Amino acid sequence: MLKSRIIPCLDVNDGRVVKGVKFQNLRDAGNPVDLAAHYQEQGADELVVLDVSATRQARLAMLETIEGVRQQLSIPLTVGGGVGSIEDAGRLLNAGADKVSINSAAVRHPDLINEMADRFGAQCTVVAVDAKRDTTQENIWQVMTRSGTQGETLDAAWWAGEAQRRGAGEILLTSFDRDGTRSGYDLELMDAVVAACSLPVIASGGADSVEHMVEAFQHGAHAVLAASIFHDKNMTVADVKRDLTALGVEVRI
Amino acid sequence: MPPEIQIINTGVANIRSLQAAFDRIDAPWALTEDASAIESATHVVLPGVGAFGAAADAIDRLQLRDAICKRLGQPEKATLCICLGLQLLCDASEENPNHKGLGVIDAKIERFSQDVAVPQLGWNAVVPHESCHEQKFETGEAYFANSFRMGTPPEGWDYATTDYDGGFVSSVWRGRTLACQFHPELSGKWGQTLLKGWYENA
Repeated sequence: MLKSRIIPCLDVNDGRVVKGVKFQNLRDAGNPVDLAAHYQEQGADELVVLDVSATRQARLAMLETIEGVRQQLSIPLTVGGGVGSIEDAGRLLNAGADKVSINSAAVRHPDLINEMADRFGAQCTVVAVDAKRDTTQENIWQVMTRSGTQGETLDAAWWAGEAQRRGAGEILLTSFDRDGTRSGYDLELMDAVVAACSLPVIASGGADSVEHMVEAFQHGAHAVLAASIFHDKNMTVADVKRDLTALGVEVRI
Repeated sequence: MPPEIQIINTGVANIRSLQAAFDRIDAPWALTEDASAIESATHVVLPGVGAFGAAADAIDRLQLRDAICKRLGQPEKATLCICLGLQLLCDASEENPNHKGLGVIDAKIERFSQDVAVPQLGWNAVVPHESCHEQKFETGEAYFANSFRMGTPPEGWDYATTDYDGGFVSSVWRGRTLACQFHPELSGKWGQTLLKGWYENA
């Protein structure tokens, strides 16, 4: 049986992890290579590295970061953030990413999904869907792009289905409303996306506890992305997996 | 000097993870498109992600089909086929019905049904079948990224199975030839042990 996956996420700018990370026995908590190795050691099933660089120079430094992380990592590595073209995706894969996540560029040019799937395969084509609840209609979510600054006239659940039809292999679903709130994943959003799309879905945004993760899995998530639960709460991936197992979720131990 | 692994460079596979995995076990590697190297090298890897048809085309374009088949006909040679590499051993695949596989195994690769999420992405258990003559690896959890599968075990090979969509053949081996549907290079310590075992023929 396929195991439910736990995926820590690192936000990286100019070669440094930018969100606060508190690890014991780690002298330099901002080094993405050290942190990646640390998470792997704890039992992470995959790692996501998001490039939050604002400058071109910082973006080039990202390739070196990916190369360094790759040498350490014997688990899958997904890289996303600012991927604008098939060439960008190719560069990240060459640097050592196993999967590339696209967001704004896919909304602008949906054919990019087809091109990536044709060239590199569905299994490395991840479409990130940032979804914001429509306050005027019940259970409708709007796709957001450009790091959540721009709303699109695109229904998030439909867009996930469209990504599948175009050849994507996985959906990284982030609730814009829940992100950073620690109030749990948006489960109704998860239901809507799972109904519209049969790809594996990674739930992201809002998790503050193992119970929140259990809820996401019960609502059809294949994986959960988490940052602050590891970064701020000093829970290790191993702690989380032990608790998930006790609550009946099958994870890789 | 430890023997150098020749990785067949079909150009359609992303192989950085594989190279990093060999670096971690101190196994030197090189990329090759050379038929005689593929026939004579001590260790050869047929990697693969991407589409069945594109990979079959690449093998033909590089005129490597005969060399790869000849090598696979000699199971005592250390050959490792990964992911699509396992599927290419077969006659054909539902993915690209007009393309010919290497035909080393008399089977057709089929797509997972609509009852499960496709692709299968993530970790799943790999269990060597009790009928195995030789144990290549312990039962363990491996990382998969596949939409297609080998349905029935081939004659004359040992094999392992994995439970997804009613079950499928996730690895086959005979002699020193080993083919894995999963990615050992992305399968943590268990995968590293498997790669080391294949490399050192433990």
